[in-house]
Amino acid sequence: MAEAPTEAGEPVISIRGLRTRFGRQVVHDGLDLDVLPGEILGVAGGSGSGKSVLLRTILGLNRPAAGTIAVLGQDIGRLSEAGWRRLEEHWGVLFQGGALFSSLTVAQNVELPFKEKTDLPPGLIAELARLKIEMVGLPADAAAKYPAQLSGGMRKRAGIARALALDPEILFLDEPTSGLDPIGAAEVDELVRGLQQSLGLTVFMVTHDLDSLRAICDRVAVLVDKRIKVGTMAQMLRDDHPWIHAYFHGPRGRAALAG
Amino acid sequence: MKPGWFEETRDGDRLVLAAVGAWTIDAAGPLDAALRRLSADGLSAARIDLGGIEALDTAGAWLLVRTGRVLAEAGVEVTIGGAAPRHAQIFDRVVEVGPPPPLPPARRATAVDAVARLGKQVVDAVRQGRDLLAFFGAVVVTALRVLVHPGRIRFVSFVHHLEQAGLNALPIVGLVAFLIGVVVAYQGVDQFRRFGVQIFTVNLLGISVLRELGILITAILVAGRSGSAYTAQIGTMQVNEEVDAMRTLGLDPIELLVLPRILALIVALPLLTFFADIMAVFGGGVMSMMLIDLTVPRFLRQLQEAVGLWTFWVGIIKAPVFAFLIGMVGCFEGLRVRGSAESLGQLTTRSVVESIFLVIVFDALFSILFSRLGI
Repeated sequence: MAEAPTEAGEPVISIRGLRTRFGRQVVHDGLDLDVLPGEILGVAGGSGSGKSVLLRTILGLNRPAAGTIAVLGQDIGRLSEAGWRRLEEHWGVLFQGGALFSSLTVAQNVELPFKEKTDLPPGLIAELARLKIEMVGLPADAAAKYPAQLSGGMRKRAGIARALALDPEILFLDEPTSGLDPIGAAEVDELVRGLQQSLGLTVFMVTHDLDSLRAICDRVAVLVDKRIKVGTMAQMLRDDHPWIHAYFHGPRGRAALAG
Repeated sequence: MKPGWFEETRDGDRLVLAAVGAWTIDAAGPLDAALRRLSADGLSAARIDLGGIEALDTAGAWLLVRTGRVLAEAGVEVTIGGAAPRHAQIFDRVVEVGPPPPLPPARRATAVDAVARLGKQVVDAVRQGRDLLAFFGAVVVTALRVLVHPGRIRFVSFVHHLEQAGLNALPIVGLVAFLIGVVVAYQGVDQFRRFGVQIFTVNLLGISVLRELGILITAILVAGRSGSAYTAQIGTMQVNEEVDAMRTLGLDPIELLVLPRILALIVALPLLTFFADIMAVFGGGVMSMMLIDLTVPRFLRQLQEAVGLWTFWVGIIKAPVFAFLIGMVGCFEGLRVRGSAESLGQLTTRSVVESIFLVIVFDALFSILFSRLGI
């Protein structure tokens, strides 16, 4: 499944006129966004600007009030139950806390998608699960451990291993570096970059982390005023929107960009 | 795109394995079976050709890498090549991570393990008992300290828990007690009728409900309703580090969280028991009047003859003690929650089982005490 059925250049995710709200509070209004194949798109924005809501809406966990979202050319608002299940095999998701199943070991967590979605023999499933665990750089003894026994960084890696289990084309990451120390965060950045390049993934990454945006993102999307502004890092640095300017040219922004 | 397959050409001691089609996870099942059957017998060199592959993912790459490794281990000289550039990257990445380490050998459980587990459980139970005793001491000391400075009683919290554990429990306690009364009366009439003394149903009802059933049913309901709620509330605060925050602010969690809850239960449970007694006698009375020819004055006279004041007090005296046990166990297990949500669930269950167990043990002790005292 590494090969996307879409033509090169055609967006993998295409959002038009998205409007989401909770009760009376409107989170997104008329939001347009294209995610291109093989890119790492970093989605930034202030706290409460709706980054995670956007992610959850694309994944179908939130219903939009208006607008269309097409993933791999399919309008997710009109998919049948079976269509959803097929589409879900094309993406992997890392939730903020890793969202590993606490009653299963790391190896069992990674094996779960294989067991539920494929009819591969158990021996091959175990091999592939161990391969994924190795690929995300977890030590061998981590496979038999339970999530509660892992550090935050290891939990994120295990979450990525599970998200990658079925070789998805799109990888959604929700704050992959939050709660990690700078060394761990840099390692996760490198891991995402390495996997993206070698597996040809498209990565949709929600992040606060200026270092991640600078180091690994091909393009940056910033959520401001209920819409999104997309561009390369260089374009974003020239943008004169007050929030974007404050974000990239504040003391932390300058420090991260100087590095 | 055709599903992945391979063509096998043997030329003497040389093997050429040409992979074609889509080597992806969808085709991995049959490919895995076919590649496992591949034998290295009589081979000295093998070439795995990736040129015909149309699509490759990590599952497909792994099968190829594994086949190469198995052949190499059997002493065959393996060359792999011909991959298109877009596939080479995935392939190289899989080669790079190296062979998965061997699984640790599974240990078989022995009789010694069973004995060890039994021993561990006994030691854990004893430790748990010791910790509970220590907690009991801490609660009593804190209670005495608060008694000296009554201004430190958290009155708002106390009233809140009184409402939650007492007032809000009235409907369910009343309903269950009423039904228990009905059941006791029904069974009593059935048995006593054989001897023609149906009227003694009222004695059975009055004594069993007032002495035992009223308080036991109420205590068990409250343990399930409020004891578990205490564990869940305090446990959630533990998970959120609220209890630690309290300690760093110099506040005593026992004084703030535990005492108001236990006090509320100590006040609520006797009142609930009284209510349950009335409802059970009412239910039993209605039932017996329906089953046997009994008027209200006759029922009341028989009840008055059957039960003395002490019959009632025997039930009510136990209530504050049971309330203390339920409240203490609920809070104790809540404070033992560590970290994960899983331990919260485990300890909530445990708190209910433990408090009901203790209630019944103490009920038995009370029975012995009362029989010694001749009540």
